[in-house]
Amino acid sequence: MTPDLDLVPFVPELVLVAAAIVGLLYEALARGPRYPVHLAVALAGIVVASGATLALWRYGGDPTVLAGAIATDRLAVLARLTVLGAAFCGLLLGTHAIERDPAAARGEFFPLLLFATTGMTLIVAAADLIVVFLALEVLSLSLYVLTGLPGRRAASEASLKYFLLGAFSSAFFLYGVAMVYGATGTTRIPEIANALVGRTGEQGLALLAAALLLIGLGFKVSAAPFHMWTPDVYQGAPTSVTAFMSAATKVAAFAALIRVFDVGLQALRWDWTPLVAALAAVSVVLGSVLAIAQADVKRMLAYSSVAHAGFILTGLTASNADGIGASLFYLIAYSAMTIGSFAVVGVTTTRGEDRTDLDAYRGLYRRDPHLAAAMALFLVSLAGVPPTAGFIAKVGVFGAAIGAGYVWLALLGVLASVAAAYVYLRVIVLMFMVEPEEALVSDPAPLPRIAIAIGAAIVLVLGLFPGLVTDLVRSAAVLRW
Amino acid sequence: MVRLPLVLLFSAVLFSAGVYGVLARRNAVMVLMAIELMLNAVNVNLVAFATALRDVVGQVFALFVIAVAAAEVGIGLAIVILLYRTRESINVDEVNLLRW
Repeated sequence: MTPDLDLVPFVPELVLVAAAIVGLLYEALARGPRYPVHLAVALAGIVVASGATLALWRYGGDPTVLAGAIATDRLAVLARLTVLGAAFCGLLLGTHAIERDPAAARGEFFPLLLFATTGMTLIVAAADLIVVFLALEVLSLSLYVLTGLPGRRAASEASLKYFLLGAFSSAFFLYGVAMVYGATGTTRIPEIANALVGRTGEQGLALLAAALLLIGLGFKVSAAPFHMWTPDVYQGAPTSVTAFMSAATKVAAFAALIRVFDVGLQALRWDWTPLVAALAAVSVVLGSVLAIAQADVKRMLAYSSVAHAGFILTGLTASNADGIGASLFYLIAYSAMTIGSFAVVGVTTTRGEDRTDLDAYRGLYRRDPHLAAAMALFLVSLAGVPPTAGFIAKVGVFGAAIGAGYVWLALLGVLASVAAAYVYLRVIVLMFMVEPEEALVSDPAPLPRIAIAIGAAIVLVLGLFPGLVTDLVRSAAVLRW
Repeated sequence: MVRLPLVLLFSAVLFSAGVYGVLARRNAVMVLMAIELMLNAVNVNLVAFATALRDVVGQVFALFVIAVAAAEVGIGLAIVILLYRTRESINVDEVNLLRW
């Protein structure tokens, strides 16, 4: 058998890796101020990769190519586009951080961000557990370094914590993969699905594998009780990196989770959906409650990210196209709101990483009404209030959970949303109804404002006209294999 | 010919030893070594399954895992050195600037 060498579905990754290598060589050889060229190369890579991804929407070839390694379905296309959008905004924010503090600038930021993006776009299309593992490591290893890149004490501590817990969770994931291989004799996700269908005898090995895989991916999506690293890493990492990884890692890891569980382990869904429901319940409650206690905006958004992981898992308790579609919509909406809110955090004061406490938001409306309005929009969307994307997304996942018979989970989610609304409204009150106490100045730089504008536009458009993407999401949620 | 359940038991013990090491050790380098132990337990599993199934995929996968584990150690030690430069300590209990 000659291997099928249809490289078209793999072009986005090839483009990203090529741009990253060009960036690395340029960093090694060039002299003088380098970030404009770096930014141009990286943006060109992302734009070309997005174009190649868009062309895959109408791809008519086999469901998997390259000897079953890469899936060509629309889930991969939509998730890739979301990741690439997050990377685009992350590049703008990172460039601004370098402009503001040239002494701490590292040119490796650009290639590393592209490598992380490559891992993420690869994992959403991976149809073989070997590729899932490799992509997971490519994105994780790049993110560990990106987290510690500034070399400040908080960043290096965050980097160590992220690395140790991330490697720990990868080992669990890998043990699960070995168990799947032992139970089914293959690592290709569609073949795993076929091997498990209609089997009535001993399923112990496969069930153990499902639990271990859920632990490993639960770490990456920062679902409680595997969320311990999230607040520390989100706070310690540079804000631009936090913005990128909070959105893109979640999309990538959730897309992998959807493919592994809703395709590969579909036959065992009666066994794993209660586990997913339990993770969702714990994440939603813990994330919402612990966010209330935070005095730092980045930590608050980190716990909010745990809660949102819970909401997305709520949608996945319905292991059908409805649930996958609702979760995909949630991932797109969440990416826009989290990148937007971290972008605002980055420019609230000119002092960047030093001032991420809630006090810096006192009277923001007086200082910078546009910034305050954008932050309010993102917070309202995170809370799930209409007419924003967050509201439509929450309705979708709760509807999917109710359809699957998890009414208690949907009720718990609604209650937790109400509790979490306090967290977001507190910041809005600080921004609009309190007089500023210190003479702080917000950063007027244009690049982060572009990212904020993109995020705000997506949050509003998805909130007001969700019909624009629901059809796309619905056709992406039908997995063919 | 060693029987498969015996090998799986061995790898489970190895993996558990690694998990214990990650949770109990305070030195970051020792934690890193415990993680390596966990990855190697997986390799034993993969090769054992590959032999039992008379399939080559498991062995190929084990080679990938070895390569990735080497990259992981490289980055892990770099991060430990970075931390040692700023803190003069690699005790994970003292990494407490960020908590709650």
